[in-house]
Amino acid sequence: MDLRPGADSCYKCTSCDTSCPVAEVDDSFPGPKFQGPEQWRLKRKEDTEIDDSITGCSNCMRCDGACPSDVPLSQMHNTARGEYVDNQMTKLSREYLRNRILANYGTLAGIGSKVPRLTNAIMGNSLVQKLNERVLGITAERDFPEFADQTFRSWWKQRGGPNVESDEKRIAYFHGDYANYNTVEVAKALVRVYEAFGYEILVPDQRCSGTPMFANGMLDDARRSAAVNVESLGDAIEQGYDVVASCTSCSMALRQEYPELFDFEGTETVAANTYDALEYLLINENVIDPLSEVDAADHDIPDFAYHAPCHSRNQGLDRQAVELFRHLDGVDVADVGDSCSGISGTYGWKEEKYEYSMEIGEEMFEHMEHAAGETGMTECPTCSMQMEHGTGYEIDHPLQVLEAALVDTDVEI
Amino acid sequence: MAIESDVVVVGGGLAGATAALSAARGGAHVHLISANESTLRQASGLIDALGYPVADADRGAEGGGAGADAAAGPLADPFAGVDDLPADHPYRLVGADALRKGLGLFDDAVGDLYRGGHTDRNALVATTSGRAKPTARYPRSMAPGLVSDERSTLLVGFEAATDFDAPLAAERLSAAGVPFDVDGVTVAFPGEYRADAAVTRLAHALERDEDAGGDRTTRQRLADRVRPHLDDDERVGFPAILGDSHVEEVRADLSERLGVEVFEVPTGPPSLPGIRLSDRLFEALDDAGVSMTTGTPVVDFETEEDGAGDDRIDRVFIDRNGARIPYAAEQFVLATGGLVGKGLGSDRERATEAVFGCHVPQPDDRMEWSEGGAFADHAFARFGVRIDGRGRPLDADRAPEFGNLTAAGGVVGGADVAREKSASGVSLATGLVAGRTAAEEV
Repeated sequence: MDLRPGADSCYKCTSCDTSCPVAEVDDSFPGPKFQGPEQWRLKRKEDTEIDDSITGCSNCMRCDGACPSDVPLSQMHNTARGEYVDNQMTKLSREYLRNRILANYGTLAGIGSKVPRLTNAIMGNSLVQKLNERVLGITAERDFPEFADQTFRSWWKQRGGPNVESDEKRIAYFHGDYANYNTVEVAKALVRVYEAFGYEILVPDQRCSGTPMFANGMLDDARRSAAVNVESLGDAIEQGYDVVASCTSCSMALRQEYPELFDFEGTETVAANTYDALEYLLINENVIDPLSEVDAADHDIPDFAYHAPCHSRNQGLDRQAVELFRHLDGVDVADVGDSCSGISGTYGWKEEKYEYSMEIGEEMFEHMEHAAGETGMTECPTCSMQMEHGTGYEIDHPLQVLEAALVDTDVEI
Repeated sequence: MAIESDVVVVGGGLAGATAALSAARGGAHVHLISANESTLRQASGLIDALGYPVADADRGAEGGGAGADAAAGPLADPFAGVDDLPADHPYRLVGADALRKGLGLFDDAVGDLYRGGHTDRNALVATTSGRAKPTARYPRSMAPGLVSDERSTLLVGFEAATDFDAPLAAERLSAAGVPFDVDGVTVAFPGEYRADAAVTRLAHALERDEDAGGDRTTRQRLADRVRPHLDDDERVGFPAILGDSHVEEVRADLSERLGVEVFEVPTGPPSLPGIRLSDRLFEALDDAGVSMTTGTPVVDFETEEDGAGDDRIDRVFIDRNGARIPYAAEQFVLATGGLVGKGLGSDRERATEAVFGCHVPQPDDRMEWSEGGAFADHAFARFGVRIDGRGRPLDADRAPEFGNLTAAGGVVGGADVAREKSASGVSLATGLVAGRTAAEEV
């Protein structure tokens, strides 16, 4: 992949550096301009290794949006990080092992969720948490996410698949690992909301989108996952389904990172036919009119402190929830500002990054506490963890709010 | 299906924001689409209207050079200069009243963040390169630094913020004959930071007044370092990194510690005054109920024929990582910027308007695009679409290109904004008109 044109487009304005949440708190991190165009130029020279500061990047990808010159910064970071891990990182090191485990969360979750109560009990044990920190470098400060009693896919199978059939309105749901194993209620909300709008839903075979793998430079793992996803989703698209994801990092991976890093047959087709769940509804359905009929006060829908995840911001989706719920009477949805939540997927789980992660999140926590509601809202499962961790609030997904307003009420859609 | 609104504004700079605000105040539901984060974040934060007259008589003069404008000196009153501008200058087309109302809309949107609205006259603001720039509005944080003010001045630069060489700026201002004594000094920024720390990092250190070691905070330590250089100076200017959203608090604190008034000197990108202005304007847009999508370029459009056989734009498409998302509206505003902002594209043959392919008048011979000197009267500097009095871009026969399109800002030609110092004013005047026309027709 030739990154030369991208490197040449950089005119050193440093807008990316001012957008970087890590450089803001970590003085040892030289920022995206160095990690991108400068590191790329340096490594053109033989004998020049990739600077290990690349592992400080959390892959929030905000620099992409900040660049006025369309330099593919996150693509450069992903590429450099992949090379660093492949060629320079010791595969027996604690860091490699830890990162590999974090990056392949879905594999472990698949095992753990077979016996959810037992796993929850073990992972919630403070001694196990301390051991994780000591042995693996996974912070003991955070509570491990609980597994649902029943995975989404098992629920879907037990339910007998879709309740709605349609030849015109068909979506293939990319739930990702987290909504399958942990926040099953988000996946169920998607099913109920989309079926209420008359969609036939397919739940295709899928693996992790690859987001945590990119962030840890595990590009081989990501490639294996992506190959399965592109083939499976490509088949669905051929059958007339559009792909819809409820996690904005999953949709980001399918839409941007796959075409930037891989060239399977059908990669571009999958990217061009993948949407965020709320985005797709807003393009294709009149959500506003029925929502305007509802009074939230009659249905116990609380006020919300909304945080736009970086990966939603980078897709230009950061405003959609706030703008949509303006039409829901009796609810105040406050945007808690444009800062990063700080967790960035696996970043905030690393023992040596935990303090930075909380420092980055500080602005968001403050704004959440100033907002009217004591419930949070966001599209991203790990932002959700961070929001809960910093404030103790319960956090909903916009689809759950739509479910409460449109499905659980008798409003006509 | 499509995302629907009354008015779609394409472009998130000053012109786009002004057009969106103007249309929203006219009662329309507006959707603002911006290809990247607002270019205001790179801007100095100064709002110029017309700094130097570039009259018809100067155009096409041999060699150009700094020419008549430099000799004439800065304009005291931008409104007084409008009638002397070329007939196809945007100010002549939309009228001086549009400039006045555009500035009024700006004043209302930014509130206490800005100064200059009390008079028609230009203020002179000292820049980091030691020049005096004529400007119609300026951030409040720069107010005590005006060049017309005769108080003796100390300029302070930071070793880490290399954009501002304070001793050099002071020397240049003195040489330009400013009516006050001015000195410059460079100090180390208090605390331990990378040598190339982002300016926002330093700004936040000042805003949060972080611990700078030895039981002293950033601001305390900064005041300690500046005080020995203070002699009998009556005001102190720093590069514009005195905090992010709480600049007035930082400035008040430093002023008190130093016993003299502290002000900011506008800096290059990335610019804190630009970021503050961008934040404030987008807050105003949010309050006005404007919907916004950022980070997604408009890449295509579809038209339909109206009853009279003319084309109307039906919808535009944004590119979201390969997916084409349609945005439908009754009216559209083009505010994508000029050659630098990429609203105009160019190759070896032609300069073109990038989104709708509107007519861009230009010499047929490419050799006539530019003149000899770097700062000469270049034809390319005036490239852009030509509009009528209601902001509609015109085709080669001077008929509206589309029945429902207006244009504003850098994409509108006819002004050499860099020589005239008129970029912001052109954005405000044309943005006001473009948004007003759009709202009237909804």
